[in-house]
Amino acid sequence: MTRNSIVFDNVSYNFGKKEIFKKLSFEVPAGQTVGIMGPSGTGKTTLLRLIGGQIQPDNGTILVEGKDLKKIKRTELFELRKCLGMLFQSGALFSDLTVFENVAFPLKEHTKLNGEMIRYLVLIKLNSVGLRGAAHLFPRELSGGMQRRVALARAMALDPKLIMYDEPFTGLDPIALGVISNLIKDVGSVYECTNVIVSHDIEETARISNLLYVLSEGEIIGQGSPQDLKKDDSPRLKQFLNGLPDGPVPFHYPAPEYMDSLIGMKNTERAIIKRGD
Amino acid sequence: MLIHALKQIGRLSLEILSSMGRALRLLSSALIRRPDHRNIPLVIRQIYQLGVLSILIIVCSGFAIGAVLALQGYTQLVRVGSESALGLGVALVLVMEIGPVVSALLFAGRAGSAVTAEIGLMKATEQLASMEMIGVDPITRIIAPRFWGGFIVLPLLALMFSVVGIWAGSLVAVDWLGVYSGSFWSVMEQGVNFFDHVIKGIIKSIVFGFVVIWISLYQGYDSLPTSEGLSTATTNTVVFSSVWILVLDFFLTLMMFEL
Amino acid sequence: MQSLKIEVLVGVFLLLSLLCLGFLAVKVSGFSLGKSNDRYLLYAHFEQVGGLTVRSKVAISGVEIGQVLAIEYDQKTMNAKVTLEIDSSISSMPIDSTASILTEGLLGSKYISISLGAEDQALSGGDEIFDTQSAVILEELIGKFLIEQF
Repeated sequence: MTRNSIVFDNVSYNFGKKEIFKKLSFEVPAGQTVGIMGPSGTGKTTLLRLIGGQIQPDNGTILVEGKDLKKIKRTELFELRKCLGMLFQSGALFSDLTVFENVAFPLKEHTKLNGEMIRYLVLIKLNSVGLRGAAHLFPRELSGGMQRRVALARAMALDPKLIMYDEPFTGLDPIALGVISNLIKDVGSVYECTNVIVSHDIEETARISNLLYVLSEGEIIGQGSPQDLKKDDSPRLKQFLNGLPDGPVPFHYPAPEYMDSLIGMKNTERAIIKRGD
Repeated sequence: MLIHALKQIGRLSLEILSSMGRALRLLSSALIRRPDHRNIPLVIRQIYQLGVLSILIIVCSGFAIGAVLALQGYTQLVRVGSESALGLGVALVLVMEIGPVVSALLFAGRAGSAVTAEIGLMKATEQLASMEMIGVDPITRIIAPRFWGGFIVLPLLALMFSVVGIWAGSLVAVDWLGVYSGSFWSVMEQGVNFFDHVIKGIIKSIVFGFVVIWISLYQGYDSLPTSEGLSTATTNTVVFSSVWILVLDFFLTLMMFEL
Repeated sequence: MQSLKIEVLVGVFLLLSLLCLGFLAVKVSGFSLGKSNDRYLLYAHFEQVGGLTVRSKVAISGVEIGQVLAIEYDQKTMNAKVTLEIDSSISSMPIDSTASILTEGLLGSKYISISLGAEDQALSGGDEIFDTQSAVILEELIGKFLIEQF
């Protein structure tokens, strides 16, 4: 019976009037690389924030590494976060610290290791992402891809049991993409930790994940291994996976009938067109 | 039409109230989760950023204003033959009003907007969120040190402003305009009282420091993570701080000087 | 090192501001740290104190030897009662000395000037100066002048 790293049970979350998740339930088995995919705006980042305990769901339970996020106290939450690593979309390195100091930050904060030990650990982590030579540079002196690699080293600093990746493949050139992709795969196997990747890059995510969940409009529309999903027939899933421009997610933003718009223009439309000038 | 206007007013008031609520929450967190002994270096760093780096503008402005006060004061006093009271006039105006108020305004413009921009950018680039995810409280590490740093620094800057202003005034009055040095300083010494004037001026700048740094931190922390949001936040810091400084100055003067 | 430089500069900053405070205290406001033990109190009643305020100067021959501690309305004598705080080094003030409220300087600040008397007996702490001269009020002076004119 494999342990579950994350369990979502009937979770619903609203942001203002918008319903982002409705009765969402899924599991992330420990030690696996799980991809969560879906169109933009489905709340994938919100999902990560729910897992990290930064926001609370309106309904339902979230268990992370066995702990119920609703019930634990703030101090316990901070303790839990030591077992978590998170890679933000922009890297989110601290701009006033060097690469070395960034990776050393979690170590300095949460361990009582002396300077020498921290130095070893930092250099080891940086070496595993190939940036040991950049230790003395500041984040602004690195490219986007390199910043993300340093952020990965920082996320790994405390040897976490669960690492979350928020759109790790977005905005990278093919080489950097390949580098990050392989690093994520290696991290999972070497550290035996759970990887949760949130992305809309189907190809890369499918390539390195064991298990995939596809989200759309707050629900899971497909789950399983990458092979299973390819065989799935539901139209929403097919549109997403095959990148079809039109389908259940429509191409046209809701508008009145085309002919009416062109010939018998109503006042409101005239105003809309006028504003567009 | 009227209903629409009423709705707008209602919505605006609710926004303002919720904004003040968030600001109060930020303030109480910053005060409660104050830096412990481990984080004192952070406060020292902020004293450097906010205080030491503001010295130049404070000193230049203080010098200029002190000189102008002496110049203007002389022109008026010499008509009634009272130019030996120039030192007293310059000192009182600086210590009680111009020193605390102008140094607070300059501080809001220079240090306050810098703090807002810094915090806003950290929010926009998810540095605050990532710090939280690493399990470190950004309020203790980032917000609180800046709060205490700013709070400590402004009264000290105001003191420097007044002193430089008085010195500049003496240069203009004594060395240039020929006011007798003896009476310049002795009339000043007799007329200025430490508790009635100097201390009250210091109290003013303590209040101003509290308000300015609070506004700066809140605007940055609450800003929208876009370039427009950041620019609005920094503008708000300067505008709101300035208005509050001047309004509070009126009320503080009213309360303290028992008019 | 970077952090050392910052700490040093912060230290200098704090020191500078302390010096400024000192400057304001001493040079600008003439703050003195005399202890109350070194002073003794005298009282005087005046018909009119004019613009005399608490902390106004008390002087003999123009030299400051103390300050006004309190000014109150005395119900019993129906005039003003002024408490003077005199420096202990002034030990022999004859009991028939006079306390007058005079105007000093061009801004017209009031102070108490004491002219020493001729008696052998000296005033001690808690005593009263009986011979007093009230402040001169401009309107009364003009009124007097006008009356004498006619």
